Amino acid sequence: MELLVFGKNGWGDELFFATLMTLAVAITAMLIGFFFALIFTPLKISKNKILNFIGNFYTTVIRGVPELLVIYLFFFGGSTAVMFVAKIFGYEGYIEINAFITGAFSIGIISGAYSTEVFRGAYQSIKRGQFEASKVLGLKKNLSFFKVILPQMLRLAIPNITNVWQITLKDTALISVTGLVEIMRQSHIAAGSTRDPLLFYSFAAVLYLILTFFSMKVLNKLETHYQRGH
Amino acid sequence: MISSFPKLLNATLVTLKLVSLSLIFGIFLGTFFAILRTGKNKFLKNFSYYYSYVFRGTPMLVQLFIIYFGLAQIEYLRSSFLWIILKEPYWCAIIAFTLNTGAYTSEILRSAFETIDKGYIEAGQSLGIPKNKIFYKIKFPIAIRQSLPAYSNEMILMLKGTSLASTVTLMDLTGVAKFIISTTFKPIEIFIVAGSIYLFITFLIHTFVKLVERKLEYPK
Repeated sequence: MELLVFGKNGWGDELFFATLMTLAVAITAMLIGFFFALIFTPLKISKNKILNFIGNFYTTVIRGVPELLVIYLFFFGGSTAVMFVAKIFGYEGYIEINAFITGAFSIGIISGAYSTEVFRGAYQSIKRGQFEASKVLGLKKNLSFFKVILPQMLRLAIPNITNVWQITLKDTALISVTGLVEIMRQSHIAAGSTRDPLLFYSFAAVLYLILTFFSMKVLNKLETHYQRGH
Repeated sequence: MISSFPKLLNATLVTLKLVSLSLIFGIFLGTFFAILRTGKNKFLKNFSYYYSYVFRGTPMLVQLFIIYFGLAQIEYLRSSFLWIILKEPYWCAIIAFTLNTGAYTSEILRSAFETIDKGYIEAGQSLGIPKNKIFYKIKFPIAIRQSLPAYSNEMILMLKGTSLASTVTLMDLTGVAKFIISTTFKPIEIFIVAGSIYLFITFLIHTFVKLVERKLEYPK
């Protein structure tokens, strides 16, 4: 137990900062995911066949391929791609991308595929009458979207977005393979230097449980907020 | 790109073995815990609840590392017969995957058991069918049919989950793909080949479950 105290002799403070890092990566990835969902949800519900195909391609491929493989693609391919672009602009040196950016980006793309599916489902389960009513009332297209459709979409989407958050939070454990010091990586380091993997990995599990428990509490509050009147 | 194909195909066999074994063990474990969960004993009910809560609330990587690295630390285990199994990364992976998929499967089956129309059970009771026969002949088949769509998702999640085996030195599809990427520095090509293999298996699982679903469909 004394291995877990804060300060020089224990790993408490290291693990505390690692937990913050996990949270930071998860939140960034979630936001990047929302950004992707913002692009791909309209494609998935569009009537244009080509746009539709692009949207479906994204969600099918990302959700059908292991997360670890996606991470390796960006980990090994990321700097190659950036250097390729830099070469066009005349820069010849070696560029290494920060592990945080690679990690958040690859988890973000995965999280985005799930978010896209959630938003598409929410959009499609809004009753036709709502669209027709806002048309009849003479609301302009963007006004009807922001005032009528979006609030209802959020109500329908939030319970499933909570699931996406859980998935994203757990996926961050995988980016420890890129060397970013989050909970898993820090536990790995601590386990290696103290030769006590059982303690540190079990403690990591407890940290993840704490994170999921408290984030569920917050998200459930949000859910009741958007459920009011129903 | 083409030269890597045979190696990746070989590794696919490892992946398939890992998935099928852990899914088979997982179904038994999941059924067991779903029965405990819907049963009357409060202690067993809670036990089953916390089992699925812990395994669904933590990343599978942590579970795998606790079993592979952590358990080796316990002197008592090292000297017991269990060590024959626990020293192999292959079996550690299967144990971790089984426990994980068991938790999700128990949740899927539990909700299927809970949504069974009471009328079916009452009909069985009034016909005088004994209790355990009601379970095997009425409850279980209905629950299986009910949970197939959710279970096909779980199968696909497990297929992706087995990629974690590469972190404990097993050379599965992802492990071999990573090895080839890090030696040839051709991430995109290898990703396309390995990704296509995963997508193909996903497609097979999906079609297979759809077929079974159609076969088990009952008139409404």
